[in-house]
Amino acid sequence: MKCTVCKGPAIIDIRRHNANFCTEHFLEQCKRQVTKAIDEFDMIGTDDRVLVAVSGGKDSLAVWDLLVELGYRADGLYIGLGIGDYSDVSGTYARDFAAERGLTLLEVDLPGTYGYDIPTGSRAARRAPCSACGLSKRHLFDRAALEGAYDVLVTGHNLDDEAAVLFGNTLHWHTEYLGRQLPVLPARDGFPRKVKPLVRLTERETAAYCVVRGIDYLVEECPMAAGNRHLTYKAALNDIEKASPGAKHSFYFGFLDRAAAHFAPEAESDRVELGACTSCGAPTTAEVCAFCRLVDRAGGALPEAGTPTAVAVELGPTRAGATSGAVR
Amino acid sequence: MGAVKVLLRNPRREVDVPGPITIVNLLARFDLNREAVIVIRDGELVPGDATLADDESIEIRPVISGGAW
Ligand code: SF4
Ligand SMILES: [Zn+2]
Ligand SMILES: [Zn+2]
Repeated sequence: MKCTVCKGPAIIDIRRHNANFCTEHFLEQCKRQVTKAIDEFDMIGTDDRVLVAVSGGKDSLAVWDLLVELGYRADGLYIGLGIGDYSDVSGTYARDFAAERGLTLLEVDLPGTYGYDIPTGSRAARRAPCSACGLSKRHLFDRAALEGAYDVLVTGHNLDDEAAVLFGNTLHWHTEYLGRQLPVLPARDGFPRKVKPLVRLTERETAAYCVVRGIDYLVEECPMAAGNRHLTYKAALNDIEKASPGAKHSFYFGFLDRAAAHFAPEAESDRVELGACTSCGAPTTAEVCAFCRLVDRAGGALPEAGTPTAVAVELGPTRAGATSGAVR
Repeated sequence: MGAVKVLLRNPRREVDVPGPITIVNLLARFDLNREAVIVIRDGELVPGDATLADDESIEIRPVISGGAW
């Protein structure tokens, strides 16, 4: 197998591009796809302060690495979810990545600061673990981005993630979600701008990128994910992709080009006025926001007013000299 | 007796497969979709058309993450 660009020995084939790449040109290809996504959807300005939601898995570490490589000022935020060994180990990967590169990693510990963990919270609130987890993470990422005066919050969602969510929303005709499933959500009413620079890369490519770049990430899955529908949709889409390379890309990008706008009015009319949560001040349609209700039911509590929720971690000598954009 | 030593993940286990065998055939043998895995040997990616010989050690690593949020 030869590299399509230089005819040297290839390390990976990407069938939907009908191309093979050597190490050098694969890295170039990944950067080009991320640059293209950022430009096409106006995701990040050159002077923006960027906060990356970091889990210790392949996608979040790849996107952080790619943004730094592309010259963006990007800090990371890791949230300790209290999911047993998984949380302990994933935190180590995030910290090591940051320390080795002299990058700033902020941390929020859910059990330590809010007094509950995801397994307990999910049981107490009678929500699926991923639902309680997603709600908690969204709230804490939004909050840290605003408190730290970041311009944009980056997540590591890739093409497979977006295609799978679109598949689920289409299968069940959740039209109210379809108008909002975009790679950029503009800042509004107390929410930071949220962007997904990896939408043009598949999971196979982000994993390959990590291997090629020598990025150590947590391969083991979160134990709470087992058997969820998202995984079923991904497997189904990969079966289709195998028979028809490029299917995932055309499904998702065809939706963005030709269908998403049709659902925008519904998403818009869904947008009722937001007020401030009486407990934590976050934007909400209710008196008390969903996060505070979850904390309450899980038997936790908000930290004392004035306590910063995200703290910069001491990363040792490698951090010296790095320009720090940490929340103080 | 030699064999290709295959490390599978989630759960982590090791399986011997008689070589020589191509990556494509190896993935078919475990009923794995090429979109859902990468193959790694000595910290490097192994392309799909490579042939593995007995006594080589490789890892087949799943790339599908499950969190929906
Ligand atoms: S799999 Fe679900 S519970 Fe686990 S980290 Fe992801 S969203 Fe949270
Ligand atoms: Zn090349
Ligand atoms: Zn609140």
